[in-house]
Amino acid sequence: MKEYKDTGKKDTRSGFGAGLTELGKTNDNVVALCADLTGSLKMDEFKANHPERFYQVGIAEANMIGMAAGMTIGGKIPFTGTFANFSTGRVYDQIRQSVAYSGKNVKICASHAGITLGEDGATHQILEDIGLMKMLPGMTVINTCDYNQTKAATLAIAKHDGPVYLRFGRPKVANFTPENGDFEIGKAVKLQEGTDVTIVATGHLVWEALEAAKTLNDQGLSAAVINIHTIKPLDANAIINSVKTTGCVVTAEEHNYMGGLGESVARILSENHPTPQEFVATKDTFGESGTPNQLMEKYGLNAEAIVNAAKKVVARK
Amino acid sequence: MANIQELEAFVTQVRRDIVRQVHKVNSGHPGGSLGCAEFLVALYQEVMERKEGFDMNGIEEDLFFLSNGHISPVFYSVLARSGYFPVEELNTFRLLNSRLQGHPTTHEGLPGIRMASGSLGQGISVAIGAAEAKKLNGDRHLVYALCGDGELQEGQNWEAIMYAAGNQVDNLIVSIDLNGQQIDGATDNVLPMGNIKAKFEAFGWDVISIAKGNDVASIIDGLNKAKSHSGNGKPICVLLHTIMGNGVDFMMHTHAWHGKAPNDEQLESALAQNAETLGDY
Repeated sequence: MKEYKDTGKKDTRSGFGAGLTELGKTNDNVVALCADLTGSLKMDEFKANHPERFYQVGIAEANMIGMAAGMTIGGKIPFTGTFANFSTGRVYDQIRQSVAYSGKNVKICASHAGITLGEDGATHQILEDIGLMKMLPGMTVINTCDYNQTKAATLAIAKHDGPVYLRFGRPKVANFTPENGDFEIGKAVKLQEGTDVTIVATGHLVWEALEAAKTLNDQGLSAAVINIHTIKPLDANAIINSVKTTGCVVTAEEHNYMGGLGESVARILSENHPTPQEFVATKDTFGESGTPNQLMEKYGLNAEAIVNAAKKVVARK
Repeated sequence: MANIQELEAFVTQVRRDIVRQVHKVNSGHPGGSLGCAEFLVALYQEVMERKEGFDMNGIEEDLFFLSNGHISPVFYSVLARSGYFPVEELNTFRLLNSRLQGHPTTHEGLPGIRMASGSLGQGISVAIGAAEAKKLNGDRHLVYALCGDGELQEGQNWEAIMYAAGNQVDNLIVSIDLNGQQIDGATDNVLPMGNIKAKFEAFGWDVISIAKGNDVASIIDGLNKAKSHSGNGKPICVLLHTIMGNGVDFMMHTHAWHGKAPNDEQLESALAQNAETLGDY
């Protein structure tokens, strides 16, 4: 098995902030809009370096999305920043009409995604955002796994012409992908080869999947691990090719099992290579207050849950 | 300045285009379209500085955003007759595979359109964004938008109105089509909005009223006044007092023709009231 080293836990939102800071210096067309969460989104440095390209819109997310759409007319590349809940559900129709249907080059950057924002509770823990965004025609949906990958993705989406939803989070999680690594939108990253089960994971559950693969290996099961940072467009070939060897799949995501990565994987497999599948995801429920680790355990989103799902799906082959 | 009589003749042709488009497919929104015919003709033929051809970024030209997208028949007619696409294409309004969708969209690549609209309340925000981009680009040209009055019931407008004043977006001229009507009846009966002028002024906008919103000369005067107020630190609101259904007697002063097409006989009557001046498509 390949070894992956956590170089020190970091929050993915800081990876976004670092990427945006770099973009500010390298691309004059990049502008940033924020709805009263500059510190939470780590946009402070961009704001300090380029006050003329930073737009504080106040607690008014609908106007922020519309303004971002308008700023593309004139050649700007707007990055909007707020929590995932307020980046998607609150402004769905604005994104649908003014951004997606209008084909505008807006980058919707969403922090505090999922249950692991923790103590704030369910009002702020959106577990439906991947589904909401992936259903919009033309929308690219990215959920990065660590600090380094979030920074790389932030740089990559500025070069992509079209609307993007970039999802990241608040807690400090393992940082294990290469520093200044390449980021190819829509290209899965194979982290472990395996023959018994394929684990397809997104976001910080990729690290949990790597941990699960080690445990499974100790127990005599060979697990392939695929990092799906781009949920749409999905790298179907990478998944199908692995599943042709392993014959079963576990999907892992910090999202409702309805509408998430798991359902996208199930669709491409049912069309191409029908396969037993287990879903590590929240099961049509809201979250609640707690620490990130407590919540990941209670809602079955950690390495242990992935190990159990893998054993279950192998038995179904 | 163009001859007012020529512009009025342009308007009667646009009215013919509106009712003919809607009649052909037995759907669409003639009432609000007719009410804004003079405004859009004045804007495109006289007021806006426009470049030849069309490109999405619209650098070094004035821009217009239609927020109340359901008045697409008047928008399409004025765009076609201002040279953005062939006038004959008005024949395809609302048909399958047409670029002239029920509500305007960029999705089919129709020249002249820079945003999709139809779901209400989004146009001012988009116009503000375009205005801010013009400032960043050092482009001194103006951004225009049109909203319905009933549309102001959407909350997003007030987020946008607050932003524009608070951030001195003074290269923006938003016109409100004050016809006092919406689908379910008079705006005062559906959801009274009180004093719209006072509301805009309270939010910090420079408000200009055009009392005769269906009179071409009055519109040009009002919009030129608005232009002269630009660059003074305040966004500009033009309150355009219009008559829904203007120019077709049986469609006037009522919400009944908001989203209803005329039958054959009604079409004949409407066309008899508006001379063919530029040639029917």
